[in-house]
Amino acid sequence: MSEIQLKTEVERVRKQTARPWLSPLNVRRWQNFKANRRGYWSLWIFLLLFVLTLFAELIANDRPLLASYKGELLVPVMVDYPEEKFGGFYAVTDYRDPFIMEEIEANGWVLWPPIRYSYYTVNNEIPAAAPAKPSWLYTKEERCARYPLGVEDPGCTIGNWNWLGTDDSARDVLARVIYGFRISVLFGLVLTLASAVIGVSAGAVQGYFGGWTDLIMQRFIEIWSAIPVLYLILIISAVLPPGFFILLGIMLLFSWVAFVGVVRAEFLRARNFEYVNAARALGVSNRTIMSRHLLPNAMVATLTFLPFILNGSITTLTSLDFLGLGLPPGAPSLGELLKQGQRNLTAPWLGITGFVTLSIMLSLLIFIGEATRDAFDPRKTFR
Amino acid sequence: MPLTRARRSGELVKENAPLLSVRDLSVAFSQGDQRTTAVDRISFDIARGETVALVGESGSGKSVTALSVLKLLQYPAASHPTGQILFKGADLLAMDGRELRKVRGNDITMIFQEPMTSLNPLHSIEDQIGEILKLHGGMRDAQARERTLELLREVGIREPEKRLSAYPHQLSGGQRQRVMIAMALANRPQLLIADEPTTALDVTVQAQILKLLRELKVTHGMSMLFITHDLGIVRRIADRVCVMTRGKIVEEGPTTEIFGDPQHEYTRHLLAAEPKGTPPPANATAKTVMSGKDVRVWFPIKEGFFRKTVGHVRAVDGIDVTVKAGQTLGVVGESGSGKTTLGLALARMISSEGQIEFDGRPIDQLSFKEMRPLRRELQIVFQDPFGSLSPRMSVSEIIQEGLSIHAPELSAAERDARVVDVLGEVGLDPSTRHRYPHEFSGGQRQRIAIARAMVLKPRFVMLDEPTSALDMSVQAQVVDLLRDLQKKHDLAYLFISHDLKVVRALANEVVVMRNGEVVEHGTAEQIFDNPQTDYTKALIAAAFKIEAPADSDVSE
Repeated sequence: MSEIQLKTEVERVRKQTARPWLSPLNVRRWQNFKANRRGYWSLWIFLLLFVLTLFAELIANDRPLLASYKGELLVPVMVDYPEEKFGGFYAVTDYRDPFIMEEIEANGWVLWPPIRYSYYTVNNEIPAAAPAKPSWLYTKEERCARYPLGVEDPGCTIGNWNWLGTDDSARDVLARVIYGFRISVLFGLVLTLASAVIGVSAGAVQGYFGGWTDLIMQRFIEIWSAIPVLYLILIISAVLPPGFFILLGIMLLFSWVAFVGVVRAEFLRARNFEYVNAARALGVSNRTIMSRHLLPNAMVATLTFLPFILNGSITTLTSLDFLGLGLPPGAPSLGELLKQGQRNLTAPWLGITGFVTLSIMLSLLIFIGEATRDAFDPRKTFR
Repeated sequence: MPLTRARRSGELVKENAPLLSVRDLSVAFSQGDQRTTAVDRISFDIARGETVALVGESGSGKSVTALSVLKLLQYPAASHPTGQILFKGADLLAMDGRELRKVRGNDITMIFQEPMTSLNPLHSIEDQIGEILKLHGGMRDAQARERTLELLREVGIREPEKRLSAYPHQLSGGQRQRVMIAMALANRPQLLIADEPTTALDVTVQAQILKLLRELKVTHGMSMLFITHDLGIVRRIADRVCVMTRGKIVEEGPTTEIFGDPQHEYTRHLLAAEPKGTPPPANATAKTVMSGKDVRVWFPIKEGFFRKTVGHVRAVDGIDVTVKAGQTLGVVGESGSGKTTLGLALARMISSEGQIEFDGRPIDQLSFKEMRPLRRELQIVFQDPFGSLSPRMSVSEIIQEGLSIHAPELSAAERDARVVDVLGEVGLDPSTRHRYPHEFSGGQRQRIAIARAMVLKPRFVMLDEPTSALDMSVQAQVVDLLRDLQKKHDLAYLFISHDLKVVRALANEVVVMRNGEVVEHGTAEQIFDNPQTDYTKALIAAAFKIEAPADSDVSE
């Protein structure tokens, strides 16, 4: 075969066989994951809930999604229209105000989200003193008693129901749960991912270089992890106003340590593997060896850890909120809901809602975690 | 026939029936919906006092057969669709766990391939052997200790009193295998199943262990089922041979007949599979590619709280080597003789002292970073094709890795073309390049490892036992491939091996190493035809004739 023929032959073979997009290993893992039915369904349910709550503003809000006023299409959910537009005089429109509502209805139409409360909206028309029972426990007359026109009032619709009652500030519990779920999951996810990045890098450096690097960092981690985190948060929250990112920062300072151990052990074990030596013999740089050859090994251990760390982060945030050291007052938080449940034992819907939401969220995550662990089990993938 | 042999071994033949009779045995493995048949309706007998060898390449089902005799497979993933295994007339496959445990370790015992992992690293030798004696023999501590000493003496462990409290890691591979044999003999079994007992050992140690097994068989009147892929061993030890391939026994008969007049095509293929061919003629005028002068690698021994260096392990102690273009320098020696360390030092994978020149340029002082551009011309093929390929990268990614460092100017398509090219060169189907290493056999994996080195067009290749993990017929193919590649690209090889047969087929110059020093050095003809030292002679005898040397010449 001549050189040119060989070239074309090579070219032909090359084009015929392209690379599959998902490696067989990952295909096998996905199959293992699917085989765990509980985890598989948990993943879908969790994703559904998470995506829904990501768009919480479109589900529970005190502003209409869309409105048509005098031929103009308005998007109140996105844009702050001053009240002057509708004949009022405040800088921000309160769409729940019956006067504004009548004005818009008279000159167009309004599309409300299914729940007409945001997490901070105070319901001024609750039938009894706050905390009020879920609306479906009242008769129609009771429910509409506080509206100006009683049963006939256009405001006394199903959109203004408090499906899970209100808390002791007359805010809608369901709206707060939706927003609280979102903030808990987001906090957990950001904290977990950030600590994974830091923890995995630290563990990788320790395990790969070993020796003095390992020794010094290991001692540092021992001292670091001996600092009592709760005290520190108490002290810092006395100085700084507690908020999402400050809490995240403080907890991140300590949570990355959880990953170091596994990753370091995995790197120590794998750095003398023959294929790592083979890569060194090819002249591959340390950084590439770490990321290409060693990290996948360590990621298996890390990934199986992730859901449990995620759960831990959420629980920590909730307990801080419960103690009143967490998110600022007024923020939608499940911990705060639990605290209200504890304070208002006569209003069981508060405690029950908080408990059910948390346990469903944490259980779903644990089930997903179990399925992930199964999927990455090397005994199941390499067979 | 078995009858006469049994008489000679001193055991009275009570009945004509064979000791073990495997009838129509099948083994199937199911994984998910898939069901694979590993062993397909095989039958063979073992008479009292007889040694039967099951020969075949990896994947032929020989080990699975051996394991199913004692039902040691992973049930229920494994199953036996058909067949019986009759031991003294009783069907082992039909027995329940309790009855089987009485047979296991008592009437039938087993020794395994890997003496590293078949002994528990946390138990002393005394505990391990004593456990069986107490379990089956019902012995007390003192009694068991007495018997353990007796057994250790029997299997040729020197100074057994001192060894009783030793842990497996304190013993050499050969000693460990002797301990395994002692455990197997503890309850005077009637049948010993040996599953590749010498594959992991040095040739010299292998010869000793085989001699020991042969003697023990005669003195105890045992029968033996011997599993191996090495026909040389079979010829030395077996009375009868069963040749297995793809789960079937294709030929069966007395050893002399099988070797003298093989009937089946596969048997002939196996017999012809030894590495053949001759190395390229020595050429003194060829250009020197790699040379080392007085190369030393000493590992410090540290002791005490402050890790003070109290001495050194002299892994490589002042060795001169020269490797020329188109030539192969073979480095031979037992395990622990420092041959791999020498190779790694020359390739600058570990730090060493002494002068190393590559292509006339001193490289012994270069840092890892400064070495990087040279790595293209200086490649290594590792021993274990299962360990040296990352399980998470496709073949194409593995081969491309070096290209992306040393030829970053190539586009993805050009790189891919080179991969296709080199895979064709090493005899693999290029369309399989997006598969993962676990889908390939050992020989194919070694070809991938060779392709990874060759794609960079190196000038010097260090081959660290590239054939020792492979089947005999695959070894021959890999040797042929290496020789072709050498001829085509004028490569300089440093070929490290304990297998002298392979070295003879490849090397035109040989260095014999022992304890970090050169024992003998010369052209291949000199070393193989006219060895000067006892050590070299012992190595050659063990490798080609499987003869155990005098104790003093080699390690235990």
